[in-house]
Amino acid sequence: MSFKQRTLGFALAATVAASFAMPAMARDNIQVAGSSTVLPFASIVAEEFGNSFAQFRTPVVASGGSGGGLRQFCNGVGVNTIDIANSSRAIRAGEVQRCAEAGVNKIHEIHFGYDGIVFASRADRGSFALKPEHVFLAGAARVPQDGRLVNNPYTRWSQIDSSLPDQAIVLVIPASNHGTREVYEENVLEVGCKTFDVVSALSADERKQVCLGQRQDGRVVEIAGDYTETLARLDAQADAVGVFGLSFYDQNRDRLQVATVNGVTPSLETIGSGEYPVSRPLFFYVKGEHIGVVPGIAEYVEYFLNEQVSGFDSPLEEAGLIPLSDEERSTILSNFRARNVVSAN
Amino acid sequence: MPIGRLSSAEVEARVVRSLKKRHIKEKAFRAVGLSGVVTGLVLVLILFTSILSRGLPAFWQATFELDVYFNPEIIRIDPRPTQTSGESSGDFRERELAWLTQVNMVNWNRLLEDSVIAAAPEAAAMARRDVRRLITSGERFQLREMVAENPSIIGETRRLRLLADANVDVWLRGNIDRSLPDAQQQLSRATRDLADKLFEEGIIKIRFSQALFMNPDSRSSLASAGLAGAFVGSLFMMLIVMFLAVPVGVASAIYLEEFAPKNKLTDLIEVNINNLAAVPSIVFGLLGAAIFINTFNLPMSTPIVGGLVLSLMTLPTVIIATRSALKAVPPSIRQAALGVGASRVQTVFGHVLPLAIPGILTGAILGVAQALGETAPLLLIGMNAFVTNIASTPFEQSAALPVQIYLWQGNELRNFFEARTSAAIIVLLALMISLNAFAIWLRKKFERRW
Repeated sequence: MSFKQRTLGFALAATVAASFAMPAMARDNIQVAGSSTVLPFASIVAEEFGNSFAQFRTPVVASGGSGGGLRQFCNGVGVNTIDIANSSRAIRAGEVQRCAEAGVNKIHEIHFGYDGIVFASRADRGSFALKPEHVFLAGAARVPQDGRLVNNPYTRWSQIDSSLPDQAIVLVIPASNHGTREVYEENVLEVGCKTFDVVSALSADERKQVCLGQRQDGRVVEIAGDYTETLARLDAQADAVGVFGLSFYDQNRDRLQVATVNGVTPSLETIGSGEYPVSRPLFFYVKGEHIGVVPGIAEYVEYFLNEQVSGFDSPLEEAGLIPLSDEERSTILSNFRARNVVSAN
Repeated sequence: MPIGRLSSAEVEARVVRSLKKRHIKEKAFRAVGLSGVVTGLVLVLILFTSILSRGLPAFWQATFELDVYFNPEIIRIDPRPTQTSGESSGDFRERELAWLTQVNMVNWNRLLEDSVIAAAPEAAAMARRDVRRLITSGERFQLREMVAENPSIIGETRRLRLLADANVDVWLRGNIDRSLPDAQQQLSRATRDLADKLFEEGIIKIRFSQALFMNPDSRSSLASAGLAGAFVGSLFMMLIVMFLAVPVGVASAIYLEEFAPKNKLTDLIEVNINNLAAVPSIVFGLLGAAIFINTFNLPMSTPIVGGLVLSLMTLPTVIIATRSALKAVPPSIRQAALGVGASRVQTVFGHVLPLAIPGILTGAILGVAQALGETAPLLLIGMNAFVTNIASTPFEQSAALPVQIYLWQGNELRNFFEARTSAAIIVLLALMISLNAFAIWLRKKFERRW
């Protein structure tokens, strides 16, 4: 081997080594990840935050689902872990425990608003007036019939209830990596299936299985990606009914029509008042250990909770967020200022 | 049966018979080949026309040309601080930041609303909110920057180009069904009517938009979302691939092809390189996340990690291309060089390599182009994050072109972003085509025949 070649080799090795050996650098911008439902809101806040504070860099917001975000969040403390996890459900005890094992003990929970979950179908198809039991019957693997549980025989909505359109059943629901799925199961499927006596008579475990077990014959489609994918499904299968966030539906009103649930049309008002049954709180979780280390975290939280950012007539409301009430806002803000943390139970 | 026993007439008859068969076979093969080419071309043509027809309009956007009065009644700010002698630069920076915060608190939206009202007096009767929705929210920062840079323009009127809101753009160009009832429209009736009127009067025009090229991504001001951040991120990654994968790849290929002994070990290496070239790119992403981020603590979503991952992915491609380019150099060149007394190194660097250069360059550029379009591994190292900064070093978080396409196709405002996504695809394709054209040009330039 020639000298020249050897120096080239050394030079390359040195460059590679140098780039690896770089010490974990101090990070000067906030890193956020998690729920794709929260993503649009968090992105807007991050961008406005960066624009409003000359001294802080714009936070970086990644998606990955509520579960994925919290998993990253609980990876530990340090600049190569995220500072804030967005979540469309409350953190679970197991996750708090995992966090604690990795050294994340100060988890601040910030509840910043609500989101409605809506059923929408194509605007050019029949309109739906759903009840939770309709949705349960359409999607479950086994359904009660004549006092027994049988494999789901329904193929058209009109077979479930004559008031529903005579359309083939195709239900497009979020996969289990989404926080939305949990709300869907709790507020729709479980509510729907408890209306049947056969189900109520079962043991808790069996009941859960019956209520949440989804049919596998292609009539229930689980979407692991975002709502655009659900919308694409509706483009491909005209009869499909999809599960969306209210904000997504709101921005695509020209293509979608929304179903009422128990006779209530989802809107900012009906969800805010709790009249519409399928809504959920939105959260983000802040790693207390990073406050003061990564610049701007406390300011970001305060900015996020500012009424002009996430209150009524704010950019977030315009983007489809259902704002907190004034009392809720002040409680949450004072909780954060007191640096109250989430406990494991 | 030996032909010699047949009479010449019989032979001729046979040949004539078989000739027909052979001709048919040849024609059939040509037809199959040609139809293959035609099908391929038609598919490419369909792809291109659909992307171009959807994406090209997005390069033009509804834009206001408005006289903006920098009203001193609204812009009430202190004079810009200047550094006094004896003041430390830290203190000055603090005072400057306080001043910038003050500038930031000015109700810039009001200035924009007032300018619209000045252009269309009937807007004065409308709700402020409906007027505000005409102009994309990010444009207020344009006013802020102007004042922060030069406070003396307060009290003056300037003619500015301001991007209309994404929904206004969608409405004016008919990307939403204009006959839909109010409940299904994004904008209120008053806003729509005002937009139509301003469009008729020529205050809003569909103009070529620089936003797509000059701005980073945006979610709070959708109409100003652009590709600049993603472009810079991709550029950094390309540079890293070029300076890492190409030299390492070429060096290893030269060693393996020209110097390495042929034994079991080098055979094993060769098999492995070929296998690596076929490994799905997402595997490299997983590897990158595990090694570069978790072990070496490099920051997530940065071009440096992306570049390293893509370098790993491109390495086998470069090695294989370089090796085949070296193999294509006739052995007589090597023998001649060695014959006149050149050493192995002199032979390789003086004679073989120059002849193999065009092939090597083509392979390297195609490898880089492939890396440019790669998306899957980048998703795993967090490059699908929403970043509004334009990175100034590879160690800063950044977007990348293919991932930007992925992000835009997932944006909620479908009516606006369907075109935007195709426009981003056009930019990426244009880059790819120019890289490939460059590869072809290099090959032609250095090509030698013997």
